[in-house]
Amino acid sequence: MGILQKFKQMFSTVPMLGWFLGILAAVLIEYFWGYDYISYYLGLPKIPVLFGALIMLKEPVMIPGALAYDLIVYVIPVLAVAKLSSFITNPGAALLEKLPLWLSAVIHLVCFYAILHLWAGINDYRVLVVKLTLVSIILTVSVNVINGYQGEFSCSHPGFMALGAYVSSILTLVLFTNDKIFGTALLPPALGPYLFPLVLVAGGAAAAIGSLAVAIPSFRTRGDYLAIISLAFMFIVKSAVENLNIIGGARGMGGQPDLAPLPVIFFWTMLCIWVIHNFVTSILGKALNTVRDDEAAAESMTVKTRKTKMTAFMFGAFWAGVAGGLFAHVLTYINPGMFSINRLAEILAMVYFGGLNSIVGSIVGAVSINVLGEALRPLELFKWIIIPLILIFVMIFRPYGLISFTEINAKKLLEAKHKRQQGVSP
Amino acid sequence: MTALLHVKNMTHFFGGLRAVHNYNLNIAPRQIFGLIGPNGAGKTTIFNLITGVYTPTEGEILLENKNIKGLETNAIAAMGLGRTFQNLALWRHMNVVDHIRMAHYSQLDYGLMGAFFNSRACRDQENQVRENAHRLMELFDIEKFADDLVTSLPYGAQRRVEMARAMATKPKVLFLDEPTAGMTPDELVKMIRIIRQVHQDFNVAIFLIEHRMKFVMELCESIQTLVFGEVIAQGPPEEIQNNPQVIEAYLGKEDMT
Repeated sequence: MGILQKFKQMFSTVPMLGWFLGILAAVLIEYFWGYDYISYYLGLPKIPVLFGALIMLKEPVMIPGALAYDLIVYVIPVLAVAKLSSFITNPGAALLEKLPLWLSAVIHLVCFYAILHLWAGINDYRVLVVKLTLVSIILTVSVNVINGYQGEFSCSHPGFMALGAYVSSILTLVLFTNDKIFGTALLPPALGPYLFPLVLVAGGAAAAIGSLAVAIPSFRTRGDYLAIISLAFMFIVKSAVENLNIIGGARGMGGQPDLAPLPVIFFWTMLCIWVIHNFVTSILGKALNTVRDDEAAAESMTVKTRKTKMTAFMFGAFWAGVAGGLFAHVLTYINPGMFSINRLAEILAMVYFGGLNSIVGSIVGAVSINVLGEALRPLELFKWIIIPLILIFVMIFRPYGLISFTEINAKKLLEAKHKRQQGVSP
Repeated sequence: MTALLHVKNMTHFFGGLRAVHNYNLNIAPRQIFGLIGPNGAGKTTIFNLITGVYTPTEGEILLENKNIKGLETNAIAAMGLGRTFQNLALWRHMNVVDHIRMAHYSQLDYGLMGAFFNSRACRDQENQVRENAHRLMELFDIEKFADDLVTSLPYGAQRRVEMARAMATKPKVLFLDEPTAGMTPDELVKMIRIIRQVHQDFNVAIFLIEHRMKFVMELCESIQTLVFGEVIAQGPPEEIQNNPQVIEAYLGKEDMT
């Protein structure tokens, strides 16, 4: 315990910018020497993709090598550079603090994206994992609006996602591609990237309209009963799509143009987090919490509870639709089976693992369950024993999830960490 | 005298049960009005009927000469009818300042898009609400709890939070449902002082349900006694205190043998 605390104290002077620099150093080391030198001398067949988890689980002989790789490439450079550079990064952070908060946040995000892009670019598989993780973040945050902030137990999210995925796929197939079913492209495919945001918004809007089917019953019923209604909604969407042959039925629908490269998805994820953060910290968004905690009191305090419930559902569903649209264009293939009970389990696991009523929690939940899911892939069936076990432990020790009831404080996150003036003497 | 709140011949049935019968009420601006009665007499039902939780089967309810019968509770509240609850109805996962902020809901008009994109109107109005919330918290002596969850507050402070929250809706009539339930004598005295202060500072009429005679007698200008959904006596405190029917309702009939 003492060591951990000392460790924490030692790195408490590192601002966010310092960590970025540290991670950048690690990524550059991997980029230039990762394959040629480090993994070669450690006897690894290739660069460990997800911190060596896959290699370690497949071939236990490689465990020391993979761990050494992590230590040499990630742990030591990140810590060393972050700590040693704090004499530059702290004044840098202080300089950025003078700018308006939004500008400073944008600069940080651009830096973060650049590093992420570089790291992911080393391996195609990483790109896919990062893309799917970002989509999961959108999904999880949007579920949190309904299940966390609004406190309903809604199971319809895969349905909303399917609506968004199918509507946006149909739009891009009709507009930008020569498709077997939908005929020649109506617009030049070069316009695709520019109109893609509109397509996503259309997908989101479709999901939002669909969500009324769950939102309206929620006026009269809550808890288990609403959970059943929403579950029914999910299955209705799935079987409706399965029986519509024009959009491929159970065979699915493929050939979407690849309009969702990493920067696009990153942009949408950040936009989603920003908008939802604004909403849930405003009074109109806090109204969701009042409906959850005591509806009668909310009504008496002038809160329009029906409007609030409808907003929560439509808003959450909108982002689920956007996530669905991005998902479809990442995989460039969708089928109804993707939006079924498995997806639901995954989404709910991410939300409840990460933490209710918290955007940070949702991000943590989405990233950890996704990365864990990929890392434990070689275990095959056992993966589905380990992840639920972790969930159970989280539920026992933190019933509302890892990080619940906490909002992002961008100012505090990005500020310069000066050493305290008094008390510290060399 | 023009009535601020006027209820005429209100009757309500729960299924076959007549909960309230032919109830009349006139509250003048700035009046403090009490409603007493034994358990189960229908006091809280009357509150719920006027505030729109239930819609009365018959009768008229006018607030400043506007009909409010049949409107949604939130609309009635926004028109100037604030209330507190008998068993505290606070939002358990929210902190104190958020409680007070929330009660400004009907005074905002920046719209959903404003909230999503954090528009200038949204920021300005939210800042104004925040200032107002801090003023209210100071007034009710809960400023020091601003960032605490309501569930961690002492009971008396929770009551004050509820009151401050009700005042944030800018009511013209304030309904208090047993404001001193479960309070110690010390807290009771403090509550009387707070209610007096609210009455003066905010220029509101107050309609309160209470069991403690000391409290009612000290505060109210006029009192109604309700028994089995019917008003059996109405008048100034001294008169009610000595009314044989009221004594009978509370203490039972003396057996004259």
